[in-house]
Amino acid sequence: MTDKKIALTGAMAAAEALRQLDIDVFSVYPITPQTPIIEAFAKMKSEGNTAAEIIQVESEHSALSACVGASASGARTATATSSQGLALMNEILYIVSGLRLPILMVVSARALSAPINIHGDHSDVMGARDSGWIQIFSENSQEAYDNTLIGMKLAEKTSLPVMSIMDGFNTSHSVENLEILRDETVRKWVGDFTPENSLLNHKNPVTFGPLVLPNSYFEFKIDQEKTINEAVNEYGKIAKEFEQLSGRKKDCFEQYRMADAREAIVLSGSAAGTAKEAVDKLRASGKKAGLLKINLFRPFPRREVARALAKVPKIAVLDRSQSMGTFPPLYTEIVNSLFPVASYKSRVISYVYGLGGRDIFQTDMEKVFEELEKGKTENRIKYIK
Amino acid sequence: MNKELNRYLASGHSACAGCAYPAIVRTVLGEARSPVVIVNATGCLEVTSTLYPFTAWKSSYIHSAFENASATASGIESAQKILFKKGKIREKAKIVVFGGDGGTYDIGLQSLSGALERGHDFLYVCYDNGGYMNTGNQRSSATPFGAQTETTPIGKEQKIGKTQLRKNLMEIVNAHNIAYLAQANVAFLDDLKMKARKALEVKGPAFLNVFSPCTNNWKFPLSQYVNVAVLATETNFWPLYEIEKGKYKINKVISNRRPIEEFLKTQGRFKHLFAAENKKTLEKMQEMVDEEWKKLSANASV
Repeated sequence: MTDKKIALTGAMAAAEALRQLDIDVFSVYPITPQTPIIEAFAKMKSEGNTAAEIIQVESEHSALSACVGASASGARTATATSSQGLALMNEILYIVSGLRLPILMVVSARALSAPINIHGDHSDVMGARDSGWIQIFSENSQEAYDNTLIGMKLAEKTSLPVMSIMDGFNTSHSVENLEILRDETVRKWVGDFTPENSLLNHKNPVTFGPLVLPNSYFEFKIDQEKTINEAVNEYGKIAKEFEQLSGRKKDCFEQYRMADAREAIVLSGSAAGTAKEAVDKLRASGKKAGLLKINLFRPFPRREVARALAKVPKIAVLDRSQSMGTFPPLYTEIVNSLFPVASYKSRVISYVYGLGGRDIFQTDMEKVFEELEKGKTENRIKYIK
Repeated sequence: MNKELNRYLASGHSACAGCAYPAIVRTVLGEARSPVVIVNATGCLEVTSTLYPFTAWKSSYIHSAFENASATASGIESAQKILFKKGKIREKAKIVVFGGDGGTYDIGLQSLSGALERGHDFLYVCYDNGGYMNTGNQRSSATPFGAQTETTPIGKEQKIGKTQLRKNLMEIVNAHNIAYLAQANVAFLDDLKMKARKALEVKGPAFLNVFSPCTNNWKFPLSQYVNVAVLATETNFWPLYEIEKGKYKINKVISNRRPIEEFLKTQGRFKHLFAAENKKTLEKMQEMVDEEWKKLSANASV
């Protein structure tokens, strides 16, 4: 079913996915390391390979605001950003999810200022983790392509916005071999987008974004949370469909040699490849190492994660961002997921790595496993520098 | 009520008695010859027309945030273009934005400028009530010199009120070389009607800046908004003019302009200016109005 294998960067792969999705509106503002996505898409437009309207706005705030207008008008709508751009969109993130607009955002994840740094980490997307957007992390170009396709369908099925996240530079600028589906296969699978309400349906005019007082605001928010929690199931269904289409396994998280693991690393994004190498090496020397790679970060599949980790005695959670003043986001999720498991007696240690584009090596991963094995539990954050 | 006038904004909104913008909105939309999509910046008009579970809007309407009405309109216009091309919709609507001066002169200025530069087909209508009235009367860059607001209060050290001049938004918008922009006033509805018609016919961006007195915060009796607005134009404080393809035209020339005090004395926000110690301030304000008028009339044909 797959028609070709080609070499693309993560950014180019995401642009290719957007073209195949036949998006109607792409509203964007340039920021490193998102630029190759919007440049590739602009080139597709100039060659006549996409009919999409590209709106080249004057800020990321306006980029997402224009998406609000376009999506509420019934257009299949996408944007792309990084870092400060995502931070600038923050106000509108909540409006998009509150208005239940199925906007897709490709994020080339990058550090936040100050000090200014253009390189990869997860600070930007973690800053948006409570905004009501579904967040899917990718390990490499192939996943950036796959998750962009899955993200659009998931958005339109759930009426929730989705971020398809790749690591800035590590993935966005790295050329890798990947498999691309046929255009017709993608079009047929994703289907047509016709929302229930649209600003352009003048026979049934609707008011978007009314003023809601204390007598009903609370209910709106409870409904919204219910929907995003249920999106775990919808993600599962769409992932299964995609698996059949592509032959590539898709799930909320990937378990790599976890079946009998005694020590496990949990992380998300491009460092998973390095961790897998370390796991293989340790396994070869008889150690019981494993990796759990989180793909779906919002909604967080807490029951499934708890099941997968409940029997692992020692866990290291590697975060590529901080939560200033407390433990970092992924660590907190893992501990919160495990806490209700009655038999849970694992030790969970927090590591922070890769801030501002700092490389992480296989030897770093091996050292983490070594520390886990020694069994020293420390109630503090460790840094892999 | 005239059926044609409340075609899009129904009665039953909760704007204050004596508020000017319902008349502005109805007059502008009354000139629309195609369906309209309304985009509204956060503000008085938004909160008084969309109190959930009700809406006063009979047309499609969207409110997103305070500073992004023009960007939102850009998205709607682009969606309309592509969906029309793809045959998913059969008619094109006119996109009309309403924002107060806070949402236009201040926080929404960048978004407005971007949308004007990109040339989207939309009409932006600013109802200028000279301050942040929805949040209880704080100064904006459209608040006139000398006005007392909650954030430019009169005290022992401060006798004037706002000490800066209003921003000249018309000139800023004009610098984008759009085909049509005009300044209008709720007290002159025929003039506003004519301008709305022209603005709606433009293919591309058009802009209207409409004087919109606020009974609550300018502090005048409910019944007086039209009279206050008339004086704004008759004193040359708010001249009626348009700029069509770069050409200025003054639509109402006041042969014998009234002194600015006549406008100021109708409103509590300027009361302090009539204290003896502010005599010089009043003289300065008259000079400022005359100076602005001189600049405008030098650009204009009559």
